Amino acid sequence: MNTANPIENIFLLAPEMLLAGGAMALLMLGVFTKGQGANRLISMLSIGLLIAAALAALFLTGDGGLVFDGAFVVDPMAVFAKVVIGTSAALALLLAMPYLESERLAKFEYQILLVLAVTGMAMMVSANDLISMYMGVELQSLALYVLAAFNRDSLRASEAGLKYFVLGALSSGLLLYGASLIYGFTGSTGFADIAIAVSGEYNVGAIVGMVFVICGLAFKISAAPFHMWTPDVYEGAPTPVTAFFATAPKFAAIVLLARVLMEPFGGMVDQWRDVVWILAVLSMGIGAFGALTQQNIKRLMAYSSISNMGYALVAIAAASTIGLWSLLVFMSIYVFSVIGTFSAVLSMRTREGMVEQIDDLAGIAQKNPGLGWSLTALMFSIGGLPFFVGFIGKFFVLYAAVESGLIILSVLAVLFSVVSAAYYLRVVRVMWFDEGEVEFVPASVSHYMITRIAGIASILTLPFVGWLIYNATTAGTALI
Amino acid sequence: MLASLAFWAFSGVAILSALMVVIARSPVRSVMFLILSFISAAGLFVLLGAEFLAMLLIVVYVGAVAVLFLFVVMMLDVDFAELSAGFAENIPLGALVAVVLAVELLMIGLTWESAPQAAALRAAVTPDGLSNVEALGTLLYDDYIYFFQAAGLVLLVAMIGAIVLTLRHKPHVRRQNVADQVQRRAEDAVELIDIKPGQGIGE
Repeated sequence: MNTANPIENIFLLAPEMLLAGGAMALLMLGVFTKGQGANRLISMLSIGLLIAAALAALFLTGDGGLVFDGAFVVDPMAVFAKVVIGTSAALALLLAMPYLESERLAKFEYQILLVLAVTGMAMMVSANDLISMYMGVELQSLALYVLAAFNRDSLRASEAGLKYFVLGALSSGLLLYGASLIYGFTGSTGFADIAIAVSGEYNVGAIVGMVFVICGLAFKISAAPFHMWTPDVYEGAPTPVTAFFATAPKFAAIVLLARVLMEPFGGMVDQWRDVVWILAVLSMGIGAFGALTQQNIKRLMAYSSISNMGYALVAIAAASTIGLWSLLVFMSIYVFSVIGTFSAVLSMRTREGMVEQIDDLAGIAQKNPGLGWSLTALMFSIGGLPFFVGFIGKFFVLYAAVESGLIILSVLAVLFSVVSAAYYLRVVRVMWFDEGEVEFVPASVSHYMITRIAGIASILTLPFVGWLIYNATTAGTALI
Repeated sequence: MLASLAFWAFSGVAILSALMVVIARSPVRSVMFLILSFISAAGLFVLLGAEFLAMLLIVVYVGAVAVLFLFVVMMLDVDFAELSAGFAENIPLGALVAVVLAVELLMIGLTWESAPQAAALRAAVTPDGLSNVEALGTLLYDDYIYFFQAAGLVLLVAMIGAIVLTLRHKPHVRRQNVADQVQRRAEDAVELIDIKPGQGIGE
């Protein structure tokens, strides 16, 4: 152990220190101020903090490197992930502001917990040691459990929080058990040392540990068969919390999973590829068929999230440079499309309050063309129809799988993609062709803007995908 | 010689008192035996040369955790005799699980191979020339500072979460405001009235 100076370069930690320090400062501000104005100020400052952390990751970390004896790594992949996580969390907070005020949930702890969760995610994507991995996972999950139950007077939100907490604790147990096995059989918690230890002989103990770690992380990305909590938690939690759940934490967990599989266990591809293969097929299948019968749009998005995690796992199963950058491209496009979709869901407000049934969208394309067109474009994009950006994401994932010789997996992915297109198209059909008498009240400015911008972006950003791919390729090559 | 005598005494008391925690009828007695067990374990730590951990065990576990247990046990009126009423019927199942666990432990114990450096590491609990506190401090604040700070953040989230989910401001509860109390002056609170003999206040 290097005891002389563990912090060689303080700037490598700039995003995390900004987020943690900022969260504590805002906590003080929240405790000693009162009223709606102060709450709005804290929201704006938190959004600024998240953007600042993303910028700090981009510009202050230089060429990257290792900190704390290799427990914390800053490489292009971590930087890419931190930028996406910071931006999407800022957007999710922007979505939450009007909702929390109108539902009388505006308490400053929401913003603080969200910023602390993002701190945990930044630690996850930079984890290069089993202990720092667990610390990051636990910091973000604990904050997310509280956010799920944030509306504590609602029975459904409390149930969602409790369910998420119990199953999350179980998954943390699996993760820790796996980590302890890996430590026991390799003698180190550092990813670099583990990679050396497992590169030699065939090590059953380490494989068992690795499978447990994969299961623990599969809970966090809600991959089947560890997806049971997802629909209930997505439905029960307040909608902006659901929007947050479906974006930044997923991105952080999938990047962490990719790093764990590619770095310490990069030499054991043949052992873990089958596990990831099964997880991917089950997720895509359960996501596609489970969504067909859903009536609630939040539950529909939960199943959509499960199936999209399946495609992300296809990219990981490819276990190649192409797989990694296509994973980053796919997930980035997915995260921002989901933010747009949830912004549309948050615009579904009648005089009586929020509605979230798919039937409530009936005929909305005629009554509210902007919302109708935007949601249509977003549904097509998430469904992966050609000429929308979502198609590009899925296309490169499949390309990576074919390049790695995973033909059966690619064929299954295409088939399930066709099935899942059915329910995205059902939403579009309800919006355009059904008659409905539900009248929405005008949406708040931020919901209005984000829905429209995301809808337009799902077509117009096509020329810029090249730029995204360019950045993702530099990030994706970091791990190999 | 004396050290091994002390080891047998401390470990014997620790095991016996741990057994008594489980079989004592009164829960208060269980907690008392738990404290005895903690103190014996602290003695074992002293024998290992880990004085600081021994002190921590007494201060944290005996001083805080066991006292908390005692409060909970005394305040909650739980009839433990009633809770353990079904004990006899479940003994076969319990015994089966115990046997399975024992066999598993034996299998692990028989196949276990210690690392070659393990014996040397066990002999030197702390590095030479460093006191306990220094060795722990080096670990926590130099080598593992990142994990230590991250654990602190996790605890902060837990605290915020507990407050968010449970604290309710009731409108009719009067809360103490120290600043108001300190700033209160005699003129605001007390009125001095000069009462003439035989007149009363007059109202």
